[in-house]
Amino acid sequence: MYQYNDFDTAFVKNRVAQFRAQVERRIAGTLTEDEFRPLRTMNGLYLQLHAYMLRVAIPYGSLDPAKLRQLAYIAERWDKGYGHFTTRTNIQFHWPRLSDVPDMLEALSEVGMHAIQTSGNTVRNVTSDHFAGAAEGEIEDPRPIAELIRQWSTDHPEFQFLPRKFKIAVIASEADRAVMKSHDIGLRIVEQDGARGFQVWIGGGMGRTPMVARLLRDFLPRADLLPYLEAVLATYNRLGRRDNKFKARVKITVHENGLDEIRRQVEAEFPRRRAVFSGVDQDWLARIEAAFITPSLSPRDTAAYHAARDADPVFRSWCDTNVAPHRRADHGIVTISLKAHGQTPGDMSAEQMRLVADLAERYGHDDIRVSHAQNLVLPHVALTDLPALHAALKPAGLATGNIGLASDLIACPGMDYCALATARSIPVATGIAKRLQELKIEHDVGHLQIKISGCINACGHHHVGHIGILGLDRGGVETYQITLGGDASESTEIGTRTGPGFGYDEIVPAIERLIFAYLDLREAPKETFLETYRRVGMTPFKSALYDEAAAYAAE
Amino acid sequence: MARAFTPKVVTANALVEGDAVYLAADGTWVRHLCQAELITDEVRADARLALAQAQPTVVVGPYLADAVAGADGPEPAHFREDFRRKGPSNLFHGKQAERAAPQR
Ligand code: HEM
Ligand code: SF4
Repeated sequence: MYQYNDFDTAFVKNRVAQFRAQVERRIAGTLTEDEFRPLRTMNGLYLQLHAYMLRVAIPYGSLDPAKLRQLAYIAERWDKGYGHFTTRTNIQFHWPRLSDVPDMLEALSEVGMHAIQTSGNTVRNVTSDHFAGAAEGEIEDPRPIAELIRQWSTDHPEFQFLPRKFKIAVIASEADRAVMKSHDIGLRIVEQDGARGFQVWIGGGMGRTPMVARLLRDFLPRADLLPYLEAVLATYNRLGRRDNKFKARVKITVHENGLDEIRRQVEAEFPRRRAVFSGVDQDWLARIEAAFITPSLSPRDTAAYHAARDADPVFRSWCDTNVAPHRRADHGIVTISLKAHGQTPGDMSAEQMRLVADLAERYGHDDIRVSHAQNLVLPHVALTDLPALHAALKPAGLATGNIGLASDLIACPGMDYCALATARSIPVATGIAKRLQELKIEHDVGHLQIKISGCINACGHHHVGHIGILGLDRGGVETYQITLGGDASESTEIGTRTGPGFGYDEIVPAIERLIFAYLDLREAPKETFLETYRRVGMTPFKSALYDEAAAYAAE
Repeated sequence: MARAFTPKVVTANALVEGDAVYLAADGTWVRHLCQAELITDEVRADARLALAQAQPTVVVGPYLADAVAGADGPEPAHFREDFRRKGPSNLFHGKQAERAAPQR
């Protein structure tokens, strides 16, 4: 885990002091709301339906026990005893009082955390692969590069007022676990002729105009990264539309100007930028790489693990869904599900946070990750420790074995919290999960990603769900539109609308019909929902959704 | 042709607590929709909104929300206002929990 240096610490403390003064001035009335809003959003503070909401950055989703314990402390001291992990691997507190926020930020700064650039038209939290440093098939740990980008972009004077928010993801393997192609810029570390560099993808995004990123540069030499990113951002800063918020994201800039023209302008700007850098960024990177402590894993016997698998079918089943292969055969990557059936996806209580912090110390080399699917990950656990880990997670409600299954769904806060929402998303998510549990079919159904957003902003990634659900307000009634065939992996695709939406009471049965239709249609149990959809197309699913509904209504 | 005026309440978020508040007939801010003044004409609605907008150190973002007369005071006309008055539906937090021990 990267250790912050004195400069970082002083910078963050300084920002807290500044914000404390700003809050005081707002409460005293010397700052108007119009003046205060950009200041508070720069510090991750939103005003929601029922309260303020503080979004705390978790750079590339990496936590350690001290940080997680401090989040637990903050949740109990100033919130309602829990936090909500988001699809951008941040954490949100949904109930702070304005006057408490400076203290919360101060408490965060004690463990090197903050809420800077979690909002506003800046470069947001840089996300990465939640299996980074542990996954099979990875060229290198992508997080030092993500940290380099974080340091460079934090408080970068030229890029504090971009046309719109800007999201960057970095991965280092063919498998994409970070939805890289749905980001404004997606970077994939690759090797060409023995040299490391980047594929640079641009213009991905969700929201009201979902787009899959396009390849801007197929190989960018490693040392050119920051000057090249500066050239891209400078080009976007110049061309991006400020007249219309809905056309301001870089995906629209690319769409309107054409990829070739963007590339031409970026390449023209690039040499100027590179001349200014003169290699200082490579010194930064070397320092960052040195400060990234990767655990050294000693060989461990696996006999106890195999014995436990044979003895306990619940443990075995949990391992099969929640433990992914580690680059070392005697270790595993454990995903801790925050999707117990009926629980709000991504919510975690302070006690659960403390437990996971303890377990990460005992079994996980102090390494904890947040995944964009709103779960936590312990990336380095010896297989032989898994039975004890599983046993410790169980009583805390953290041993649900459903990773990658249909109840491992993503949901944004929706109208239960979000001021922009047009409908609720959480109760749809919990409704589907509870129904799946009643039916006891999800292990048979296998890999299926359902993603739900409470408005067209698509924070719940519905466009790339195998089944996507979008909550809308149609004439004062919550209405849910379904899309099929979205894909969040390396073969990213935007889903297709099935047709008319469903009411709040109809949406869970509609999803159930889709799942049963899939079970009927698949050629073999190993054919996934997405594969079946790609083979048979929309028609049979549409018929399950609409014809069967009509048939039931007629009965 | 003059359209019939839909009754309204003035609502906002409290500056410090951030929760939903409503303007009462006596000009104070109250925590529960049922205690709000139901405004039935446009001139009064505009005047009450102006009064709210003049209190930036008490509330944020005041607006007029459609409401209907109920047995115990105003009721929401739209589901968004229904959530604002109750709190989230996934957890027993917010107004629904406070109502056990009402504040003013
Ligand atoms: C406080 C509540 C939130 C507000 C006001 C908010 C606002 C927005 C807006 C306006 C957009 C569309 C941006 C655009 O296309 O220009 C957006 C997109 C997005 N937000 Fe949120 N959001 C909120 C909460 C969340 C949460 C809780 C998550 C994670 C669960 C999240 C993750 C995302 C993602 C992944 C996207 C789509 C990717 C993209 O196109 O940038 N947001 N959000
Ligand atoms: S998708 Fe809409 S409802 Fe959901 S969190 Fe984003 S802005 Fe709010």
